[in-house]
Amino acid sequence: MQKKCNSERFVADVMTKVPPSGIRKYFDLASGIEGVISLGVGEPDFVTPWHIREACIHSLETGKTSYTSNYGLIELREEISKLYSHKHSTHYDPDSEILVMSGVSEALDVAIRAITNPGDEIIVPQPAYVAYVPSVMFAGGVPVPVVTKLGNHFKLTAEDLENAITPKTKAVIMNYPNNPTGAIMGRKDLEAIAKVVSEHDIMVISDEVYECLTYNGSHTCFATIDGMKERTILLNGFSKAYAMTGFRLAYALAPSPIINAMIRIHQYCMLCAPITAQVGAIEALRNGNEEMQRMIRDYDRRRHLIVSGLNKIGLECYEPKGAFYAFPSVRNTGLTSGEFAERLLHEQKVVTIPGDVFGPAGEGFLRCSYATSKNQIAEALERINRFMESL
Amino acid sequence: MDIETRHILECLEQDARVTHEEIATLTGIPIEEANKRIKELEDAGVIRKYRASIDWDLAGDEHVYAIIELKVTLERNRGYQAIAERLYKFPEVRSVRLLSGQYDLSLTVMGKTMKEVAFFVAEKISTIEQVQHTTTHFVLKTYKEDGVILQEQEENNRLIVTP
Repeated sequence: MQKKCNSERFVADVMTKVPPSGIRKYFDLASGIEGVISLGVGEPDFVTPWHIREACIHSLETGKTSYTSNYGLIELREEISKLYSHKHSTHYDPDSEILVMSGVSEALDVAIRAITNPGDEIIVPQPAYVAYVPSVMFAGGVPVPVVTKLGNHFKLTAEDLENAITPKTKAVIMNYPNNPTGAIMGRKDLEAIAKVVSEHDIMVISDEVYECLTYNGSHTCFATIDGMKERTILLNGFSKAYAMTGFRLAYALAPSPIINAMIRIHQYCMLCAPITAQVGAIEALRNGNEEMQRMIRDYDRRRHLIVSGLNKIGLECYEPKGAFYAFPSVRNTGLTSGEFAERLLHEQKVVTIPGDVFGPAGEGFLRCSYATSKNQIAEALERINRFMESL
Repeated sequence: MDIETRHILECLEQDARVTHEEIATLTGIPIEEANKRIKELEDAGVIRKYRASIDWDLAGDEHVYAIIELKVTLERNRGYQAIAERLYKFPEVRSVRLLSGQYDLSLTVMGKTMKEVAFFVAEKISTIEQVQHTTTHFVLKTYKEDGVILQEQEENNRLIVTP
């Protein structure tokens, strides 16, 4: 007779410590409701520009359907290298310092695994994108949250970083422009961080996927701060800038010993990024700037609309300088962000994401994505206003 | 062009009914400044006209359009200007363009029926002294006009909530 089997006991212990994404819950809540306006979407509402799609179609028609080098197509790595030379005056060697990957999500996971020994501490400034803490845990590391504050416009301060560093600290994950707060960090801010990073001999994983969505000024790439290139794993991708979320394409730039470590994971778990997406990315880098700038100007206008609208309604909202999220405070309503978001959804059918999903530091705030049409934003603001009046 | 001007023009190009107050909100420009800039753009002729983009076929008022290629002889000292002026005064003529290549001018002509357009070309255009030759192409269907696709647009089927 066969032994009775409880499959659950096969699941690794770490899974019980990693809860499912809190965002998922709001997807389930909202899915059954008709007439919902969603400010909960973390992706562009534009479809991928036609010239990029057309390049992919052509590549399929001509039979480009094979694996590529584990590193990615050399033409793409050369384009990425050129981009960083032109835009940030820094050089990455296409042969040894650039790795093309399947989305920043994969790049993040692989980067953390490539540098983390069991028990190593990785500092995660919060509120933070939902993947950082679980990725550190899967790698056997210990995530160490550091709270960033509204008073500092959600920038990481050198002092807070330094206070979180212990002899076990391996790295800090930076994400500016930031999801969910829309915060950015300028050169001066980053130089202060760089000093601490240097003094304590740690690394930086810098997720700069929202780089292009920086308003009123230009983005400072962390690796361009003096002495930081050797200490930085820079992650960037095509999803946000070129509206290519479904293509799953990103890249890591890092010193060659780190890329060497990362490729050992990437070649076995992913082999290579999909070739069709890589072809699209080449087209995006060669000819995508004009369309991208047009989309960015559109986001910028919606940013003004939503921030001024939220402030008028009485939800205090600082001006986010990057990404496509407004991060208003709901503290003056007396509701927790979870209560606010759930009631707003049920009573006025507007989806927002409560800040505590991004770590306890996000409690009291709401993430409102403005990657949706002007009319939808205007309608959502009206509904939020009605909700506030009903409180 | 500065970035504020570009923002204002893109707002109006996307929706001519957008109010000055809305433009001020969308661009972060103070309302007085927005009013002033829009007035300047109107006065300078940068903003030519505010109009709706109408699909007359769908409205049930069907029109016939034809593209007319013209070969012309030129008047001394006046180049193409004189003949262009002569042509664009007809309300039936919706556009006049000077082209490079095998013929000189291209007109878009609108009428109620094919017969009406054909007679207009035969009587009013071909009879102009400088016009040597005309070729009429009737438009069978318009798929896209002035950057606007006149069909069901593709939808971006995003999930309602994503990270």
